[in-house]
Amino acid sequence: MNGRRFGLGALGVAAALSLPGCFSNNRHQGARLYAEACAGCHGDAGQGLGRLIPPLAGADYLAAHRAELPCLLRRGVHGPLTVNGVLYNQVMPAARVDDRQLSPARLTNLLNYIENNWGNHAPARTIQEVERQLAGCPTAPADK
Amino acid sequence: MSIRFWPAPLLAAALFTACSDPAASPPARLPILGERDVRPNPNGGPADTVFTTAPAFRALDQAGQTVTNQTFAGRAYITDFFFATCPGICPKMQGELLKVFKPYAADPRLGFVSFTIDPAHDSLPVLRDYAQRLGVADPARWHFVTTGRSAAARDSVFGLAKGFFTAAQPDKTAPGGFAHNGTFALVDDQGHVRGLYDSLNPAEVARLQKELPALLAEIAARRPSATAAK
Ligand code: HEC
Repeated sequence: MNGRRFGLGALGVAAALSLPGCFSNNRHQGARLYAEACAGCHGDAGQGLGRLIPPLAGADYLAAHRAELPCLLRRGVHGPLTVNGVLYNQVMPAARVDDRQLSPARLTNLLNYIENNWGNHAPARTIQEVERQLAGCPTAPADK
Repeated sequence: MSIRFWPAPLLAAALFTACSDPAASPPARLPILGERDVRPNPNGGPADTVFTTAPAFRALDQAGQTVTNQTFAGRAYITDFFFATCPGICPKMQGELLKVFKPYAADPRLGFVSFTIDPAHDSLPVLRDYAQRLGVADPARWHFVTTGRSAAARDSVFGLAKGFFTAAQPDKTAPGGFAHNGTFALVDDQGHVRGLYDSLNPAEVARLQKELPALLAEIAARRPSATAAK
């Protein structure tokens, strides 16, 4: 899978025109993937929904489980899980866009986006790092 | 993940009917949606127009209470169709209905009812947990209901959905095993569907919020006792 993609959708173009130049195209991809695959559940601003869907904005889970997040997105997650002291117990499906799982590059951009938005701050991830973490998923399906 | 049998606004436009006396209806009056029947008046006057009403239902809510059309007699209510484990549009849809609900949370003029299309899974405890997790504390204000677990009851919910202009059906290829769209139906005190809104479109949800007061005012005007009490 090619490491980078610069193809910008309509959203990307709009973002390119309206956002300061310090944002890379990868960041636009993260925002676009989030809007497509995640916002319906986690909300436009990562706010979550009651005690049904946990927030991403200000979620302590992100830092506490940093290394596991690529697998969580790739595989989905279910069962009890605590975010900011609130117990959630629903089902999150594996992340898919256009009926395909996300490549390591896309997962990297998506994670960098959610981890550095809505007040969240975290060191930037590299694709190599995410690839390594995916290789360690419990029963990671082949992804090349 | 979301299917549509017809675009709601188009349908509304097609079925919008001018009253026989336009001066009697302010422009803000919402149309009555659905099929209608024109019956000749046996006394020779103008023909009567008979509108379809929302389908009859009988279901159990998260508190174990029976909910029927009568539960909302004389009041307006909003319906939608969901299921607790829905990985597709439901969280967005229910989040949007929650926004509509909040300002009316303590307002008895407007009721809310969400039908599960997966009664096999969504037992009363599941519905109760779902409602509480969504943030709906009072089951009498927003009913999360099941038509029951028998095979016939399970199928009946799909007919109900259709009656409330929502496309819903089992579909193995859809996320969570059901294909459905996220229509909110606004029903008046006489059981007529007065508005259909696509919950996934913020402009449609805003339209619902804007149109609600007009319908509530219309209903209040029909009840002289209510206005006299003020
Ligand atoms: C169908 C709804 C749904 C979608 C779509 C969804 N999630 Fe989730 N997500 C959940 C639920 C529900 C949980 C909690 C699961 C549990 O209770 O075990 C969760 C948990 C999480 C968590 C860990 C808990 C937290 O809040 O930090 C992260 C991170 C996360 N999701 C990110 C994402 C990202 C990124 C996407 C887009 C690729 C996404 N989710 C798409 C419903 C969803």
